[in-house]
Amino acid sequence: MHEMGIVLHLAKTLDETAAQEKLTRIGSVTLSVGEVSGIMTDLFEDCWNYFRGRHPLLKDAVLKIETAPAVTFCGSCERTYPTVQYGRECPYCHSGETWLLTGNECIIKEIEAEGGEEQEE
Amino acid sequence: MRIIELGASVTASNDADARALRMRMRESGVLLINLMSAAGSGKTTLLSRLIRDLKELRVGVMEADIASSVDAERIEALGARAVQVHTGGMCHMDAGMTAAAVEALGTERLDLLFLENVGNLICPAEYDTGAGKSIMLLSVPEGDDKPLKYPLMFRESDAVIITKTDTAGYFDFDQERCRERIRRLNPRAEIFPVSAKTGEGMEALERWLREALREWRGAEAARPAKGEDADA
Repeated sequence: MHEMGIVLHLAKTLDETAAQEKLTRIGSVTLSVGEVSGIMTDLFEDCWNYFRGRHPLLKDAVLKIETAPAVTFCGSCERTYPTVQYGRECPYCHSGETWLLTGNECIIKEIEAEGGEEQEE
Repeated sequence: MRIIELGASVTASNDADARALRMRMRESGVLLINLMSAAGSGKTTLLSRLIRDLKELRVGVMEADIASSVDAERIEALGARAVQVHTGGMCHMDAGMTAAAVEALGTERLDLLFLENVGNLICPAEYDTGAGKSIMLLSVPEGDDKPLKYPLMFRESDAVIITKTDTAGYFDFDQERCRERIRRLNPRAEIFPVSAKTGEGMEALERWLREALREWRGAEAARPAKGEDADA
């Protein structure tokens, strides 16, 4: 299952961050998921909730998912347009010479965590 | 609680594993090739033909599948070194699994090492396996519209092999239209129409593979890590 694989990679990246920053607990993880990344966010959350119960560092980690809009650039008329609405064909000049600019990514924006060097108030 | 801004890709740990494996492969002088396609597009048949044709090269194969070891047995019967990898239900190989498989097979006395990825046109394209080259197969019966449906894999591949060209008479596969669709996604991709059954088109593909190996080793001598250690 694709979403479970992504959860495992996410956990590994968080483990590495925790080791570097000497974190003991992660309270939340905020992801930025592109509209056309192919990730099904509700299924992803189910996988996350299954996994975190088995992983002490992430036991209390709430997953926050922000959706990042997909934008396509047209090489013929050099305009940009929303990908989800119009797909590969430019709505202005109907060219197919188009490239996805953003919307395919899955980025860990930030995490809330305890441990390590807490910042002074 | 404090907030740590990461801005890292979810697969950042995989990308690091992939860079490490690619460096290792460069040092060993073995070209690792990630072979991707849908199930039933003829990966194992193509590999069998390549092993027979590329007699002067020592070929290893890592067969990734969710279950069974039928493919590895077919390859071993041809005298090549093979290892079966089970992904444990996962739909793709990542760099960590690939590195473990390379470890199990060993890189000594090898020139080309193929990773036969899980048969699937979606997920394998999303994970850098650490391979030096990525190749995808599209068989004639699958249809010439596949670049439209699965653009990422076509974009990520260094070469696209159109397989089973001997069946062209039975299917409405327009090779020119398919080439145009692939070029639109990935102008750099080499396209090789072949029939592993009749041998048609195999020569051009084999020339490309020999050249890729030569380049890989040349690059190794000239630039040991191709700048990959800079951000590791």
